[in-house]
Amino acid sequence: MSTLTGVPETVEAGERAVRVRRPRRRPDRIPYLLLLPCLAVIGVLLLWPLGQVVVMSFHQLGIRELRGDREWPWVGLGNYGEILGDPFFRTVLRNTVLFAAANVVLTMILGTLVGLLLNRLGRRMAAFVGGCVMLAWATPALTGAIVWKWLFDDTSGLVTWAFNELPDGLSRALFGRTDWTGYGWFNSPLTFFGVLTLVVVWHSFPFVAVSVLAGLRSVPGELYEAARADGAGSWRIFWKITFPLLRPVFGVLVVLSTIWDFKVFTQQFVLAGGTQDRSTFMLAIYSYAVAFSPPPKYGVGSAIAVILTVILLVVTAIYVRMVLRQEES
Amino acid sequence: MTTRRRPRPARVAANLAGLVVAAFAVFPVFWMISTSVKPNREIFSATPRPLPAHPTLEHYRDVLAGELIPGVGFPRFLANSALVAGATVLLSGLIALLAATAVARYRFRLRTSFLVMLLVVQMIPLEALVIPLFLMIRRLGLYNTLPSLILVYLGFSLPFAVWMLRGFVAAVPKDLEEAAAIDGANRFQVFWRILLPLVAPGLVATSIFSFITAWNELIFALTFISTENRYTAPVALTFFFGRDDTAWGAVMAASTLLTLPVMIFFVVVQRRMVTGLTAGAVKG
Repeated sequence: MSTLTGVPETVEAGERAVRVRRPRRRPDRIPYLLLLPCLAVIGVLLLWPLGQVVVMSFHQLGIRELRGDREWPWVGLGNYGEILGDPFFRTVLRNTVLFAAANVVLTMILGTLVGLLLNRLGRRMAAFVGGCVMLAWATPALTGAIVWKWLFDDTSGLVTWAFNELPDGLSRALFGRTDWTGYGWFNSPLTFFGVLTLVVVWHSFPFVAVSVLAGLRSVPGELYEAARADGAGSWRIFWKITFPLLRPVFGVLVVLSTIWDFKVFTQQFVLAGGTQDRSTFMLAIYSYAVAFSPPPKYGVGSAIAVILTVILLVVTAIYVRMVLRQEES
Repeated sequence: MTTRRRPRPARVAANLAGLVVAAFAVFPVFWMISTSVKPNREIFSATPRPLPAHPTLEHYRDVLAGELIPGVGFPRFLANSALVAGATVLLSGLIALLAATAVARYRFRLRTSFLVMLLVVQMIPLEALVIPLFLMIRRLGLYNTLPSLILVYLGFSLPFAVWMLRGFVAAVPKDLEEAAAIDGANRFQVFWRILLPLVAPGLVATSIFSFITAWNELIFALTFISTENRYTAPVALTFFFGRDDTAWGAVMAASTLLTLPVMIFFVVVQRRMVTGLTAGAVKG
C-alpha cells in the first residue's frame, strides 16, 4: 500500500492480517492521511528518542561529544558494566524496588478501603468525601510536594510542632527525643523515604479509590444482599464477591501504580532539594543526575534510563495484555 | 446502592471514617491556602493556628508585584507556562481530533496495531527520554526556547488525547454525517459543520488534560531552559522559592496560584480521566 510509506516500522510490526471487507470501494486513503500528523509526532518525539536512548547507552557521551561534530566513541556494554559493577547502583535499585513496592501496596490498600467506604456512605456524604479526595489528586505533584515539605519544615512546620507538643515522656519513650525543632526529616534515608511515601500515597490513592468505586457501582446489589442473608461478614464478602468481580480493575490499577511509582521524580526532586543527596537516589533521579550534573555523562545516564525502561516495559506488557483481554470480552 | 438501612452505629462509624479521609486528603491543600494568607508572624509562630487571625494578601502582592530577577516577576513565569500550555492544547487537540476521527470512523488494516501502539507509548517513562530529547532539541537549535517545551509536551499529551477523543467521536451518530453528505456537503464541510460541534465537549475535556500535563511539567522545563526569564512557573517555583526556606508565605502564595487553575479544570474532566485511564476495565 503506497499510503503506508510514512508509517514507522513498529506499527507494521504488530500488524495482524485483519481484512476488513469494504464492498464497492477501493481501500480508503483518508484514515492514513488523518493519522499521519499523529504518527509523525509519536514517531519523532517518543519512538525515535526511545531508540536513541538505547543507542546513546552504548556510547561514551560527554560534554565534548555533545559540542563537537566528532563521532561518539563506541563503548559497547561498557556503560552497563560500569553501572552494574558499581555497588552504589545496587543501593539505587534496592531503593527503587522497595519504594515502589511499599507505595503500590499502601496506595492499593488505602485506595481500596476509601473506595469501599465511599460506596457505603450516603449520597451527600459520599459526594463530599469524594470531592475532598479529588482535590488531593488534582493538586500538581510539584505543589503538593512543596506543601508537604513545608509541613515537615524543621523549625515552623506543623508536623515538627505536633511532635513537640507530644508529652515529653511519651516522645522520649517512642523516639528517644523530646525536642523536634531542627530535626532533619529529609536528611536520613529512612525518614526521607517515609515522608516521600506519604506524599506519593496521598497523591495517588484518590485515583485508586475512584476507580474501585466505579467498579463497585457496576456490581449488582443482589449479590451482596444474598451473601449477607447467608450471614457472610464484610471481610468474606470482599474476598469472595467484590475482589473476584473487580479483579480486572485491580489488575490495571496495580500495573499503573507500579509504573508510576517506579519513576517518581518531581516529588523526590522537591523534597531532596535537587539532585545532590545521593543516599536517597532512585533510578529516575539517578539517571538524570548522572547525565546532567557536571561532568555530564549522557551515555551512562542513558544506560540507567534503559534499565528503568526495560523494567517498566515488562510491567507494560502485562498491562496491555490485560486491557486487550478486557476490550475483547 | 445499599437499599437496606444500616444499623446506626455502623453508619456513624462510616461517616466518621469518611470525615477522616476527607481531612487527610484536603489538609495539605487547606494548609497551603491558609499559609498563603497569614502574616509572617503567624506563619512562624510557636503555636500555629489553622486559620489566620489577621488574613493578609501581602504574600500574593509580593509574588505578583515583586521582582525575582531584575525586571522579571512571577507573572512572567505564569505567562510563559500559559503560553506553552496553550500552544500544546491547540496542537494536540487538532492532531488528536484527526487521528481520533480516523480510528473511530474508519476500518483500516492497521487500526488495531495503532490502538495498541497508543497504549504502549503512554507507558514509555518520559523520565527516560530526557537525555535523547535534550540532544535532539539542541540539534534542532531549539535549546532554551519555549517552543522546545511545546514540542515535547505535544508528544507526551497526544497519545492519551487520541485515546480519550476516539470515544467522543464514536459517540456522534454516523447517520448525521451521512445525511449531510447526501445533502451535498463535502468531507470538510461534514467535519467542520457536523462532527466538530458535536465533539466539542470531548475536545474541551481532552484539551484540559493536555493543559494540565503541560502546566505541571517540571523535569523537561528544568532541563531545556537556561535563561531565567524564560522559566516556566514550576521551574521558577523550585528555583527562586525552593532556595529560600524562610519565605514560606510567598512560596505558598505562588503554589496556590499554580494549583488553582489545575484544580478547577480537573474537577471539570475528572470523570473522563478515570474512564480513559482504566480503559474498559470498568463496565457499565
